[in-house]
Amino acid sequence: MSLNPYIANTEDDVRTMLEVIGVERIDDLFHDIQPQHGPKSFDLPKGRSEYEVVEHVRGLARRNAQELLLFVGGGYYDHYIPAVIPSLISRGEFLTAYTPYQPECSQGTLQALYEYQSSLCALTEMEVSNASLYDGGTALYEAMMMALRVNGRNKVIVDGGVSPIYRKMIRSYTDNLNIEFVEVGPAHGQSDRGQIEKFLDDQTSAVIVQNPNFFGAVDDHSDIVKMAHAKGALVIQSVYPIALGMVKTPGQMGVDIATGEGQSLGLPLNFGGPYLGFMVTKKEYIRKMPGRIVGETVDAQGRRCFVNTLQAREQHIRREKATSNICTNVSLCAVQAAMYLSLLGRQGIRDLARLIFDKAEYAKHLIGQIPGVEVKRAAPTFNEFTVSLPKPAEAVVEAMISRGIAAGFPLSKYYPGMTQYMTVAVTEKRTRNDIERYAQQLKDVLGKI
Amino acid sequence: MDLIFEKSIEGRRGYSLPESDVPSAKPLAAKYVRPQSPTLPEVGELDVVRHFMALSRRNFSVDGNFYPLGSCTMKYNPRFTEVLAAMSGLADLHPLLPQLASGDRLVQGALAILYEMEQLLCEITGFSAFTLQPLAGAHGELTGAMMIAAYHKAKKNRKKYIIAPDSAHGTNPASAAIAGFQTITIPSTEEGVMDLAALERALTDEVAGIMLTCPDTAGIFNRDIDKIAQMVHKVDGLMYYDGANLNAVLGRCRPGDLGFDVMHINLHKTFSTPHGGGGPGAGPVGVGPKLMPYLPVSRVVRRDDGTFRLNYDYPESIGYVASFYGNFAVIVRAYAYILLLGKEGLKQVSDHAVLNANYVMARLKGVFDLPFDRTCMHECVFSACAQSKNGVHAIDLAKYLIDQGIHPMTVYFPLIVREAMMIEPTETESKQTIDRFIQCMMDAADLAARDPEAFHAFPKTMPISRPDEVKAVKDLNVNFFD
Repeated sequence: MSLNPYIANTEDDVRTMLEVIGVERIDDLFHDIQPQHGPKSFDLPKGRSEYEVVEHVRGLARRNAQELLLFVGGGYYDHYIPAVIPSLISRGEFLTAYTPYQPECSQGTLQALYEYQSSLCALTEMEVSNASLYDGGTALYEAMMMALRVNGRNKVIVDGGVSPIYRKMIRSYTDNLNIEFVEVGPAHGQSDRGQIEKFLDDQTSAVIVQNPNFFGAVDDHSDIVKMAHAKGALVIQSVYPIALGMVKTPGQMGVDIATGEGQSLGLPLNFGGPYLGFMVTKKEYIRKMPGRIVGETVDAQGRRCFVNTLQAREQHIRREKATSNICTNVSLCAVQAAMYLSLLGRQGIRDLARLIFDKAEYAKHLIGQIPGVEVKRAAPTFNEFTVSLPKPAEAVVEAMISRGIAAGFPLSKYYPGMTQYMTVAVTEKRTRNDIERYAQQLKDVLGKI
Repeated sequence: MDLIFEKSIEGRRGYSLPESDVPSAKPLAAKYVRPQSPTLPEVGELDVVRHFMALSRRNFSVDGNFYPLGSCTMKYNPRFTEVLAAMSGLADLHPLLPQLASGDRLVQGALAILYEMEQLLCEITGFSAFTLQPLAGAHGELTGAMMIAAYHKAKKNRKKYIIAPDSAHGTNPASAAIAGFQTITIPSTEEGVMDLAALERALTDEVAGIMLTCPDTAGIFNRDIDKIAQMVHKVDGLMYYDGANLNAVLGRCRPGDLGFDVMHINLHKTFSTPHGGGGPGAGPVGVGPKLMPYLPVSRVVRRDDGTFRLNYDYPESIGYVASFYGNFAVIVRAYAYILLLGKEGLKQVSDHAVLNANYVMARLKGVFDLPFDRTCMHECVFSACAQSKNGVHAIDLAKYLIDQGIHPMTVYFPLIVREAMMIEPTETESKQTIDRFIQCMMDAADLAARDPEAFHAFPKTMPISRPDEVKAVKDLNVNFFD
């Protein structure tokens, strides 16, 4: 029988090695697994060649939607990824390294992560960043757990404009823990100050908000920060990083911990992952922060270099007392984001944000002119906005799909009762032509269903 | 080497945007706007390419170096799976599409991959069902611990503790703690396996479950595994299998057959997806019948006509543990790897991983202390205790290897061995590479006996020498702009 193509041992090698070990057969090395421990079944398909597997997977990929015009967002956006990024990130030196436990032979990853942390701090105007968490949702959950550690309280106020996907995750994670949740619905699309103030008390650990929120509304949470701080509570804000090329930063608002989904920073949509969870905070809270952190230092000759630092927070040292159980995170995705932000640069991120904003406003304008369709305008928006339709949104979106357009995300999936509403997202990849085609088709579809 | 920020020149650009084809909109009100540009670098595309090329050259990697890092399974990552993961129709698929009405029609290929992957993992491990949602090994552990909590809650069991041996990965107790449990640590015997008498004493009615690695971190397969399962099940505890070392036993035994109730698999270890300098990985979780109702949603189900859809209708589910369906691009790679290897190829993975580890053990025995002198599985653990008497510690031997172009083995883990050196050669390395590593280790031992002082200068051939880690903590600098 031929060996799997990634095994290097020849028959001669095997013979020599068995001799050195002092056994006759490879089977002899498994003597600790007694017969009663053997597999009841191991009925797997026969191996195939690389070509056959490639063709098989290519066939499956063809069964997915191709050429669909995307106006679905929800926190995950169809941005252009410059060719430099896949080209650089596929270098084996980045791709096939492990967590940089040995800094002398890992300066590439370590410096890139330090640059990632610095870029995220620049983008958010916060003081410190970790080296990444799994995704935007888990990052928000970790931020909440961090806030509980900071002030030792157990009540959390969650704005209803926070992604319902994230809120579901937070609920799953905390089911076995003693945490009191208060969910506050939005007012006119934005955070409901009156309700938040009503529930804020000296037991409140944190207020969680999102900007722009799930409905697309842009907000300035500075006043909520003041309110929360007066009660000794922290404010956690989930942000969309591309929007920060234009909208007010968590740092400026005085937010304590900001997190977000970094998929938009040069990562493909990937049907849900891998993505990039980021977390930035104030210096005073760094020892409570989860995840790996890269710091600058010097070597024995005084040369600048980088290491994983503050490791005493982590599970491999602190075990059950660690700030988090995270080990493998998404270093490669963080390096991708560092590349993307370097390419964009200080002017590029502004220009990109402006272009997206203009296109989204144009889409709002056209869609708002369709009879019976209302674009929600109580709050300003950035790249995504809420539309109310004269027909059930699910049926409208379904009809639009048959015309090659993913027209938006119906809100009823997560907000029961909002059956006529959907969110519509625009990126720099949508042309004027795309937007006009969208509006025309939507008008036509509404006349027919 | 300069930081990208230090290469910034005012006015330089590295990105081209389409010219705006829509009217310029009225700007947001000032209170919503960021007044200043972020201090991102201003560099050209070529600057970025050269910068990251230069950074990449300052890394060891499996592509460039032998990497016998114990417990991490740094084997060769086949390149064809990279091509598949980046394929149009997979990489550009929006995760919310299947949540639209009839949206599952748009992603039948992707759902087929998820469904088939679940079936393959069930057959490999002997479990009834898998969730592919967990995004890393530790995330899988947390998911498992949450399901264990849900199981006991549903049965109105009053459970407080999760047991883990002192040889466990640090993530085990950390995951149990985050799921709301207290952990009990069971000591290992001198033979490196769990002390059954101590386990018996710890097993009260308040024990929710136990987390085990099998083979364990000492590279030993526990012959008492079914006895342990019986003992734990007697108090209605659940058996958690840490699948970090699954690559040792493919086709030889299945955790689901051994009495385990739940496990995670590190796809980036056993099924060879690239580690990326610390992720992304993936940590699917398999369960037996007891935990089936608590699996996270959504789940992929197959209709009678052979098409697939997402099902959220599991009332006892613990909910969402990730935003979507897992690290899909990692799952695609592992799926393709399993299909290519097939039944025989997978079994050979373990055969040759175990052969190579035992070969290293046999040849270095007598050169370094061998705390557990018996057949090992896919990795072996030595101790630098003898050398340390001379002032040469495991970390010094590690730094010696760096100068030989070899990534060091894992040092100081497992915690139960002083001056531990944990070596996992993996099945993809040739005898010639392994022989060279063995020779380097022998040379190092020889040098340690002759000239222990020499080790303080290692590594000498890297862009940097040993960093001052104390200074990194004391003069904390994690942000260039701070």
